[in-house]
Amino acid sequence: MQDYSVTHLKQLESEAIYILRETAAQFERPVLLFSGGKDSIVMTHLAMKAFWPAKIPFPLLHVDTGHNFPETIQYRDDLVAKLGANLVVGSVEEAIKDGRVVEEKGPNASRNMLQIQTLLDALEDGQYDAALGGARRDEEKARAKERFFSHRDEFGQWDPKNQRPELWNIFNGRMAQGEHFRVFPLSNWTEMDVWQYMKYENIELPSLYYAHERETVTRNGTILAVSEFVEPREGETVEVKQIRFRTMGDATITGAVESDADTMDKIIEEVAAARQTERGNRADDKRSESAMEDRKKAGYF
Amino acid sequence: MSTEESSQEKGYLDMDLLRFTTAGSVDDGKSTLIGRLMYDSKAIFEDQLESIENTSKQRGDEHVNLALLTDGLRAEREQGITIDVAYRYFATPRRKFIIADTPGHIQYTRNMVTGASTANLAIILVDARKGVIEQTCRHSFIANLLRIQHVVIAVNKMDLVDWSEDTFNKIKEDFQKFASRLDNIVEISFIPISALKGDNVVEKSENMTWYQGPTLLYHLETLYVGPDANHIDSRLPVQWVIRPHSDEYHDFRGYAGRVAGGVFKPGDDVVVYPSGFEAKVKALHTADGELEEAYSPLSISMTLDREIDISRGDMIAKPNNPPSVGQDIDAMICWFSDKPLNPRGKFVIRHCAKEAKALIRDVKYKVDINTLHKIEGDNEFKLNDIGRITIRTAAPLCYDSYKRNRVTGSFVLVDAFTNETVAAGMIR
Repeated sequence: MQDYSVTHLKQLESEAIYILRETAAQFERPVLLFSGGKDSIVMTHLAMKAFWPAKIPFPLLHVDTGHNFPETIQYRDDLVAKLGANLVVGSVEEAIKDGRVVEEKGPNASRNMLQIQTLLDALEDGQYDAALGGARRDEEKARAKERFFSHRDEFGQWDPKNQRPELWNIFNGRMAQGEHFRVFPLSNWTEMDVWQYMKYENIELPSLYYAHERETVTRNGTILAVSEFVEPREGETVEVKQIRFRTMGDATITGAVESDADTMDKIIEEVAAARQTERGNRADDKRSESAMEDRKKAGYF
Repeated sequence: MSTEESSQEKGYLDMDLLRFTTAGSVDDGKSTLIGRLMYDSKAIFEDQLESIENTSKQRGDEHVNLALLTDGLRAEREQGITIDVAYRYFATPRRKFIIADTPGHIQYTRNMVTGASTANLAIILVDARKGVIEQTCRHSFIANLLRIQHVVIAVNKMDLVDWSEDTFNKIKEDFQKFASRLDNIVEISFIPISALKGDNVVEKSENMTWYQGPTLLYHLETLYVGPDANHIDSRLPVQWVIRPHSDEYHDFRGYAGRVAGGVFKPGDDVVVYPSGFEAKVKALHTADGELEEAYSPLSISMTLDREIDISRGDMIAKPNNPPSVGQDIDAMICWFSDKPLNPRGKFVIRHCAKEAKALIRDVKYKVDINTLHKIEGDNEFKLNDIGRITIRTAAPLCYDSYKRNRVTGSFVLVDAFTNETVAAGMIR
């Protein structure tokens, strides 16, 4: 008998493509949230596959904190050009200038919370009714309860105790005026799946993901890259370290790990042996036990 | 594991996937079991462990409370209960696993039905001190109703019954008597465990030498789960029509969808339902190139040898075994809403890629899921109720029975006013 078994990576790919096509079909104005992180890179790659040979039928939205690594922006622009995609940028910097958000004060100030308002504004400005995100359920315990099609009320809030049940592969994207959805095609992927898939598919990543030498400071146990946004404080010493990033976010909060993994294979080995989750060094998650849940309820991804 | 076995470890490119769900009543130790599986298979990271160690200490728990790993929401941790279905992931060198962890409190049936809908296997926990109780029957009934073919009865808390073989055998016998009525379950295994102490979860128990079978993890890793998908009746529900409008692909019209059954090959005769138009498959496309054959659950796009009118919601099948096409649907449903079913309410049915208005024609009966008897004289569906109804849809659906195909035999009902998903249905 013919063997019709399908490997786990193919199953995950096929599921994500199914979700992306459902999103295009069920919503009028979907948008793909592109952060420059590896998950959104994989999601964009899957969107290319889902609609091939046509172009991706929705724009990419980047919420720019103004604290980006230049490598991220370069990568984004190259990718958009290659795909012939449409890019929309929501700027936290401009939101601050317009007075829509106020920058946090204090030594651990971050623009992470400001992203929420900027994102919600960008969704409203574009009248987007579905925002595709690269979040995965294995990342964090509040995310483990997230749906593929996650309903948000007219304030952009998530109500974790009153979520729509999702059965089989049937997704209910119906909503009232002013509401919207967050859609997560990579829900069932783990960090390992993402790396293995990138290797399998030969997906190019920004150089920041590979081990490289950089000036760093160590703050609250987190290794931060020194940049115009992260300057050493009194008592901190700048050290040159061989590092790489496991996630990509605002330069002020994204912690690096010491590593000599400078190829995809070495990274996969390192991920397999890792004893810390990839968000383990995200300062934003460390604020409290339910930091992620609180941000999600307010409209974060 | 012996070295011989580990030498057979698969590379990640050939790993397969097992989806399972866990069911048990309150305090049967479900979360502890999942915590144990993940902890002993090293799927838990240091920072996660550190975080739950701190919380356990703060709460004054005696052991590290592994249940805290799965209780993700603040309200859950505060009340020590699980509210919503949580999905968990771990992998061993043999397999990758997705767990749907379904809570045992309010909305229980609703959550278990949800978790079971995508599972190939169910672990049903039985407290060794309590034996087979009403809930055990309920969980087995739901597993059977949702057509989960493999069931593991994990007899937990063996440490509290002095690791007694007699107790275990009694539970096994009691369950087997009842299980003869579960027609969809192909295989049932019984494993005595202690989730708290770890016996027979990942490591073999030293306290139960009388048990010769595999540990739970070994069973999950090695169980042959044949292709759950139907490879006989060819079905492609059309999700989206790809029209590039580019010079290179000027006339390209790809019918995109995820194969829901059977096998398609270029040159095959196909029929489009509900219109009945016939054509031949020209090619099966993916971004990586054309396929020689497409089967479930691959996402593809199909081109045909002639131009016919096909849109989202249509079903492409083969002429020799067509789906049923009709507007009157006979189904078992599980009611999900806090508000009881209003037989005169307005609904929207979602089935494959099709959406249509729907009315309840008739409520036939409800099932008492503790005794499996039909309930006479009470046809009001409340939260968690299961029973049989008939539905009239405003447009024809192309369907199979749920027994034959889980994808083309399932649907959900959406309340047309609140947009909430209020019921899950399995077509008879």
